Formats: sequence, structure tokens, C-alpha cells
Amino acid sequence: MSTLTYKKFDEGEGVLPDKMTIYQDCISAFNASPVNAKKCRILLAKLVRLLSIGETFPANEATNLFFSISKLFQHKSVELRQIVYLAIKKLCHISNDVLMVTSSIMKDIQNGDIIYKPNAIRTLARVLDSSTVHATERLFKNCIVDKNPNVSSAALVSSYHLSPESKDVVKRWANETQEAVYAQKYFPDTQFQNVHQEFYSRFPSSTQFSQYHALGLLYVLRNHDKMALVKMVNQLSGSSSPLTNPLAIIQVIRYISKLIEEDPSLADHLYPYLLTWTTNKSEMVCLESAKIILNYKKFSPEQHTEAISVLRDLLNAPRVVTIFAAVRMLNKIAMTNPEKVVVCNYELESLINHSNRSIATYAITTLLKTGSADTVDRLIKTISTFMNDISDEFKVVVIDAIRNLTLKFPEKYKPMLVFLSDVLRDEGGFKFKNTVVESLFDMIHYIPESRDSALENLCEFIEDCEYPELTVRILHLLGDEGPKTKNPTLYIRHIYNRIALENSIVRASAVVALSKFALTEDLSLKKSIEVLLQRSLTDSDDEVRDRAAVSLKLLSSSTDKTSSVILVDFIKPTKKYSLPILEQKLTQYISSSDKASYENPFDISSVPQYTEEEWKAQEYKAKTTVQASEEEPLSDHKGRSGLAGGATETHNETQQAELLQQQYIDEISQITELSEYGPILHSSSVVELTERETEFVVSVVKHIFKEHLVLQFNIENTLTDSELMMVSVISEGEVYQEEFILPVEKLAPRSKGTLYVSFARPEDEETGAPGLFSDTLSNTLSFTSREVDPTTLLPFDEEDEGYQDEYQIEELEVTIGDFIVPSFTADFDKTFAELPSENEEVAVFNLSSSSELQEAVNSVINVLSMSALGNTETVGFSANNHKLKVYGKSINGERIAGLINFVISKNGIVAKATVRSDNKALSETVVNGIA
Amino acid sequence: MGQIFSGMFSKLWGINKEIRILILGLDGAGKTTILYRLQLGEVIKTKPTIGFNVETLSYKNLKLNVWDLGGQTSIRPYWRCYYSNTAAVIFVVDSTDKDRVETASKELHLMLREEELQESALLVFANKQDQPGAMTAAEVSKSLNLTELKDRSWSIVASSAIKGEGLTEGLDWLIDVIKDEQLS
Ligand SMILES: Nc1nc2c(ncn2[C@@H]2O[C@H](COP(=O)(O)OP(=O)(O)OP(=O)(O)O)[C@@H](O)[C@H]2O)c(=O)[nH]1
Ligand SMILES: [Mg+2]
Repeated sequence: MSTLTYKKFDEGEGVLPDKMTIYQDCISAFNASPVNAKKCRILLAKLVRLLSIGETFPANEATNLFFSISKLFQHKSVELRQIVYLAIKKLCHISNDVLMVTSSIMKDIQNGDIIYKPNAIRTLARVLDSSTVHATERLFKNCIVDKNPNVSSAALVSSYHLSPESKDVVKRWANETQEAVYAQKYFPDTQFQNVHQEFYSRFPSSTQFSQYHALGLLYVLRNHDKMALVKMVNQLSGSSSPLTNPLAIIQVIRYISKLIEEDPSLADHLYPYLLTWTTNKSEMVCLESAKIILNYKKFSPEQHTEAISVLRDLLNAPRVVTIFAAVRMLNKIAMTNPEKVVVCNYELESLINHSNRSIATYAITTLLKTGSADTVDRLIKTISTFMNDISDEFKVVVIDAIRNLTLKFPEKYKPMLVFLSDVLRDEGGFKFKNTVVESLFDMIHYIPESRDSALENLCEFIEDCEYPELTVRILHLLGDEGPKTKNPTLYIRHIYNRIALENSIVRASAVVALSKFALTEDLSLKKSIEVLLQRSLTDSDDEVRDRAAVSLKLLSSSTDKTSSVILVDFIKPTKKYSLPILEQKLTQYISSSDKASYENPFDISSVPQYTEEEWKAQEYKAKTTVQASEEEPLSDHKGRSGLAGGATETHNETQQAELLQQQYIDEISQITELSEYGPILHSSSVVELTERETEFVVSVVKHIFKEHLVLQFNIENTLTDSELMMVSVISEGEVYQEEFILPVEKLAPRSKGTLYVSFARPEDEETGAPGLFSDTLSNTLSFTSREVDPTTLLPFDEEDEGYQDEYQIEELEVTIGDFIVPSFTADFDKTFAELPSENEEVAVFNLSSSSELQEAVNSVINVLSMSALGNTETVGFSANNHKLKVYGKSINGERIAGLINFVISKNGIVAKATVRSDNKALSETVVNGIA
Repeated sequence: MGQIFSGMFSKLWGINKEIRILILGLDGAGKTTILYRLQLGEVIKTKPTIGFNVETLSYKNLKLNVWDLGGQTSIRPYWRCYYSNTAAVIFVVDSTDKDRVETASKELHLMLREEELQESALLVFANKQDQPGAMTAAEVSKSLNLTELKDRSWSIVASSAIKGEGLTEGLDWLIDVIKDEQLS
């Protein structure tokens, strides 16, 4: 026989009280006479709990509750009064007529007990509206200057909340607020008298917390006025600062940051304040000021170095949380500027075995970025020992660091591959596994030696992978890379297992991957694959069957040579579509409001395609420039996730540039005069020809066509009272002859326009084809200007014909880089050796224009528009020489490889460039283009 | 004898029962001034009451729970939220404010019609008697049509909150009536 027992819970104990029961109990208890204070307190506590977890009442019930609670003001119990305030504060949003307790609250604030006075003040702020707030002026002023910090803080915070709606009234107590920033307030002896003696001694006599609140309010009252803000910062900073509360100081530091962001000219004046605070006795303050200094790019390298050394000292702090904050910040800086963090390597080393795993992880990943090739093995070994102890999120940080490292030190791929394959076997969520898989993809793409073993690891992984989306991507990769390996049959088994065991999505992609293996000279292999594909013809899923059938059909007809090229391309395309542009075009297509546009199918040819090399060059650049990108390395508030967010963002920058490019191309294709020119072979990035603050802002993009050079001038008229007509740019060079100008007919005030100038590309005497010539073009903006009414934008005088004007803008260089497309090769040295040595050209330059090695390297990469390979785009910390490897292809498809050695000498930077290409003349042009 | 009587009295009234009294009237009539004059014995500086004041008075061994509600037009509609269990209403009239005595009368009769107040006694203070030209209690009584009231005990007393005149007199009457009515 079984027994059932049930024990009823009496009070609380985690069980939520029933809403309606509470409501009824409250109404009857609060209206009773006499009031039972203890019972009411318990009921109110339950009510507050309900409201705190998001329960709510309809307005009429809330209002009933409110009036009933208001009746409790008749009882003098201090404890009851306090919770009455908590309850009213919570009900204020949902109840009507809350102003009915105004007088009672004001009386409590004037004469009430100190225990509930702060509660009363905070509740008052919710009860007031714009019609009643003015009656409380005296009260607020008195409370703000009250000696008790709790009263003062409550009044300040309440004023802060009142300010959005009643700013004019709140402003009347700006003086008292100012006073509170300076005041030192201490708790009276009686403040904690109810607390047990043993704890009493632990309470501080003051935190000066009210300074923080006063500052917050003062800022709200002044923030529209920059000068007032600067004055406030001046008064509160430096050695005579009255501030003792760390949060208040941090607040001022943030105001300083804001001021500098908005007005960089203040940076020099405000920097010393930040520096003073880096030695504050509160570590929090030191961290914040260091962070702000590092955040602001325009502070000098020396200033940044000072901040770094502050963080370095904090790595020895006793408090774990401080070390954590410091190492996390250093880790972030190391993502973008590892050379700055190198000085901390010693301290970081001592943290890699820290018992706090988060600190250890950050220390190691930072070292991985700052360290040299020889430290890699040891660091990877250390981190392997505790990968199992850290969370997925941190694992991702580690993997990302390793992944960047593989690109940086390709020769060290072996230990990293071992590490990655080990962690791939660990338990983990999708994000973690995905990061590992992506890292292996990178290895396969950019480090050919690693390919076979990395592929094997992936094969092993998909045998037991719980994420179909990962399996699909791996199958695709296997299809692309597997046939290139020595022993393709190895992979076929793994792929075929998927067909036998997985869901239809995976099966479908396995079928495609398998077909790619059949594109081989090995006829017996092809036969076997056809047999395997045959089996999928009876698959239960349409898609799988269709793909198998299509593949088989294509394979059987590919015996005939000419058609086989097309068919092979169908199974295994040699070019990839640009995905961001494909997405954009498709969106445009389906979101078109014009029905007629659906009559024509989507035109896939409008989406550019890239060869594998071009695509890899882009990806490689995006992946390696994550580290070199200077943009906002630290700003938390912009919402970048503190950990692994970096990569995707810069990627978007690249995509953004790509999309902009596409927009230009689309615009040009709409222009009759230019549409005959054929496809654009290369477009430059945007070159600014004026300062951004001038009356007319001009930038230019160079487009190279087969026989023409087209300059696209983007012009902005920033004037408010003049319109420009017949705007054109007269460009004159020595090599290029202008053919025609497509002017902007009219440029209204505050508007932008685009004009085009077309030039003929002169022939190369030897080849008879258009040559790759550099030139310098002088540019003059020419237009007719007429005054207009800024409001109507109509001319003051219709008859006014305006006057002709010209405006000199900067010169434009056409460089060899305009004819080169960046490209990728996994093994630069091999490619370089393959190129005929008789086509080699060597030259030595003195780059007097730059004094920094990194600057010189950047400018060469830029001018040549080639990919920097093997992580050679970043100069080592305090190095005095550097070896740069660049690779690209001319618009005619010829390969170009350049090896440039930079040395710092007495007379500046000397560079020796060795260039090889498929064409001797080209090598010469390229070498000469560097100067 | 007196000793014994007051002992008995405490038992009946002082411990178990609180007497709930409302002070109503137009804004500026002197309600808040009266409340604190009774509680503290002095004249305090007042501001228009936004909402209410509630004080517990010990009066002749009784515990009086006195609610002074704001009289501004915007607050009058909320008077009714505080009607229940009311033993008596003290209605205060500014005797110098001849222009609004009619409004006062309207509000008074409106209030007295409320179900919840049918058992409540009514004390009217014709306040501000210290001012020259103030209406007498009889004049105020007439303007308020007090004589129409048949089914309830009522009284009108000339008072000055500032000088402290008439207040205890009125309250004494009120307590007597309440004692009578609640005991019977
Ligand atoms: N001369 C004189 N002035 C009085 C007397 N009683 C009150 N006052 C004054 O009348 C004004 C209003 O008094 P309150 O007590 O605030 O009036 P109230 O009825 O509470 O007003 P509300 O709260 O707005 O409803 C104040 O300036 C008082 O000093 C009185 O007997 N004689
Ligand atoms: Mg009042």
C-alpha cells in the first residue's frame, strides 16, 4: 500500500504567493481598524515581491491597492512605513491618482525617521508630476545639502530621474548639487545602531557616494554646454580635485573621454588629468584612465606606452579582479597592436599558471599574439593542460588566438594542428566547434603542407558530428580539396558513410562532394563513384535523388572533350560569386516595387566572380588585417563583444568596400557613353582630393577599362546658399589624354553629385596593346555658381546667370597599382622561384618621405595594390629592417611577385625591390612604380 | 468615582476602538491649521495639501484618527476613497469667503448623500472668526442649509484656528455625540 503525503507551505519559502489572494488580503488588512502593522508588513512584502518579478495588476485594482496602502500612513510604525514606500514606488507605474500621497510623503521627508527618509524621497520622485514638482523645491534643496549621505544621495538620484521631464525646476537646485559634489559627508554614529556590534565596526564611516550622484546630476544639467562641461572637468580634476569617491572619478574620466572624442583639440589639455589618475589609490580609477588613454587613437605612442605600463603594474596587484581587468585590456590591445604589449611579456608569463583560469587564458592568448615563433610550442602546451577547465566562451578566445597564429607563423603549423585536432575531440557547443573547424579551414587554405592531416582530422570529426551545418561545410571542403591529395580514396569512404547514415541535408551535400572526386583521369575511380552515386538514385529524399541524377548525367556525357569543360565547371566551379554582392542584388531584385522587373529572371551575370586566388587574397587580407586594423580597439560601449567579436567586424569593412565598389560599377553601366567600354578591369579605392571641411569636397575613384581610364569624381557642395551648375573637373596629365567629360548639370546646396572624365589608354609601342602607364594628373574643379535662398533653394534672382569659377584641388597619381589585382599564393617562395629569372628586375630606393618602417611598408603595399603574404605586412616591434613579400596579377592576367627588403639607414629608409613576373617589361614597370 | 468611570471608559473606547474623523472643506478653509492646532497646540505654517495628512490625537483618553484631506478642486473627487468607517466629519468653512460659501454648501450636501457617511455625525466650523467681516455661525449655517439635515446629529461652532477659539468646544460636542450614538 502506498501513502501520499503533502505538506503545505506556510510562508514564502520560494513558493510564489497567489496574486488574487494577496490582492484581497491586502485590501482587507489595510482598511481594517485598527491596523495590524506586522500583518500589513508581511502582506506588503509579498506584494512587492510579486511586483518585482514582473507581475502586474489592471489599473483599477492597482489604484484600489494604492488607496488602501495610503491608509497605512495613519500607523506610525517605522518598519511599516518603509515598506509602504517600497510598495508605492512599485505601484506608481500602474496605479492612477498617486499624487494623493504627496503631502504625506513631504511631511515624512521633513520630520520623519532617518530610516525611511531616503525611501520617502525616492518615492516622492515617482509621485510628482510637472504640476506638483515646483512645490518641492525647498525640500529637495534641503535634502541635497543634508549631512547624512543617504538622504543626500536619495535626493540627488531622485532629481536625476525628475530632470528629463522637469529640467527647468531641477535646474534651480544646481548650486546645491554643485555643493554636494564638493561636500564630504559622513554617516552619523546612529546610522548603523541597529546592526549587530560585531558588524558595526566593518561599516565605513563614509563612501562619499553622494559625490558620484551629485556629479551625475550636475552633468545632466550641463551636458548641452561644452564650455560648462570643460570648466566642470577642470575644477574636478588634477591634484586639487575634491573627489574621493572612485566611481565619481571614473565618471569624470568618462566625461573627459567624451569631450576629447567630440573635440580633439582638447586632448593635450586634458591628458595630464588622465595621467594623474593612473596612479590613484583606487585600482578601478587607474584601470579606467588607462583604458581611456588607450582608447583614444590620437594620443601619441609615448602616451599609450605610459598607459600600458600602468596596466603592467596592475598585473602584480593583489586583487584578482584587478588583474583580470588589466589582462583583459592588454589582450584586446594585443589583437590590434601586439607590439605595444610586448613590454608586459614578463608579467604575462608569470600569470599563465594563475589559479584563476580566465586570467591564465587571457595571459596566454595575449602572449600568443605578442610572442615570437619559439614561444608558441610552450604556450600551446601550457594551455592544453587546462582547456578542459575553461568555459566554451574562453575556449573560443584561445582558438581564435591560435588561428591568427597559424597565419602568422605558418611554419609552426604542426603543434597547432595537433592542438586543434585534440580540442576538436573535446565536448563543446556549436560556437566552439565551429571556431575549431574554421581554424582548420584556414590552415587548409593557406598552409598547403597542413592540408592532408587537417583533412583527415575533419573526416574523423564528421564521423560523429552533432551539427549538420558543420558537416555540410566540411563535406563541401572535402569535395574541393580531397581530389587534389595523393590518396583521394581515403576521403571517399568518409563521404560515403554520410550518405549511408545522415539526414537528407547532409546526404545531399555528400552526393555533390562525391561527384567532385569523379572528375579525374583515373577511370576506375570514376567508375566506382558512379556506382556509389547510382545507389542514391533510390534515396527517399527528392533533393538527394536529383543531385545524384544530375551528377551522373553530367559525368556520363563528359567523355566528350569540349562539353566536358563546361560540365566540369558545373560540378566544380572554378570561380566563386561574391556573396555580399549576390545578397545585395537579390534583395534589390525581390524588393523592387516595379512588377515589370519580375518579367526578366534575375541576372546572375551582374554578380562579379572571383577566381580562387583572388578570393583567397581577399580573405587572407581580411583575416590578417583584423590585427592591424586601428579602428576602435577597446570601445566596449559600441557593443562589440569583449571576446571574439573582432573578426567579423573587419570582415564587414571589407564587404562594405566591396559593396561600394559594386555600386560604382552599377552606376557606370547605366551611362550610355561608358557602357560600350566593356567590363571594368580594376577599380581603385577612393582617393580624397580635398580636406573634408572645405566648401567643395571632392574624392575620386580610378576605373581601368580595356582601352580607357575613367575617373569618377564624387563632389559634395557643402555651401548652404549657393548652387553650382555645369560642374566639371579639368584633369591634365602627360600620358593620358582626356576624351570627354560628363559634367554634373546642377548641384544644389548641401547635395552630392558624380561626374566622370574619360581618358584613352595609350598603346604600348612594343605590344601594340594599351600599356600600363603611370601619370600625374592636375585637377581643377570648374563650375558656374549662383546664390540661392537657403530655405527655398531657389535663386534670389531668376535672371542671375551666376559667375564662372575655378577651384584648384589636389593632384591625382595613376600608379602601377591601378593595373594590378591582389592575388594569393600559398607558397610565395615557390611561386617566386617558378617565375622566370630572366624577367627579374631589381632597384634600390631611398624612401625619404617616411621615417617609420611600418609606414613605408604600408605605402608600398598601397601603391602596388598587391597582397602582402606570409604575415609580412606587419613590422616587428622596434625592428630596424623588414622583408615584405607581395603578390598580384596584372589586369592582363600576368603573375607578379615582389620581394622588398627595407633597412633603416642614416639617410632614412632604404628599400631594395626584386620583382619577377611573367613579362620582363611588366617587372620593370612594377619596380619603377614603387618610387 | 471619577477614577472608576475613566477606567471603565478606557475599556470600552480606548483600547479596542479608534475613532475615525475626517476634516473636509474647500481649499484654504483652514483644515490643516486646525488639525495641527489640535495635535500640537500651536499654529504651523501650511501649504495647500496635495493628498492628505493623517494624525492620531489623544483626546480625553480617546484615540482619534483624524484625516485632513486637501480641498482643492482636483483633490475633492478622492475624498470618497476615505469615507468608510467614518464616525464623524468636521466640515471647515472659511467664514470670510462669501463668494464660495455656496460652493461649500454644494460639496457638503453632495458628501452627506454618500451611503458610507449615513451614520456619521457632522461638526461644522465657521472658521476665521478673528477676521473682520466674517460671517457669523448663524449666517454660515443658513448659507449651508444646515437646518435641512434631520437624520443626523450636527452642530456648527464659530472658530478661529489661529486664536485657538471654538475648537475644543466643537470637539467636545462631537465626542459626546459619538459616545452616545456608538453606545446605544
Ligand atoms: N486669519 C485666519 N487665518 C486662518 C485661519 N485658519 C487658517 N488660516 C489661514 O488660511 C490659510 C490656509 O490654511 P490651511 O490650513 O492650509 O487650509 P486648508 O483647508 O488645509 O487648505 P487645503 O489644504 O488647500 O485644502 C493659511 O494661510 C492659514 O494660516 C483662521 O482661523 N484665521
Ligand atoms: Mg490642507
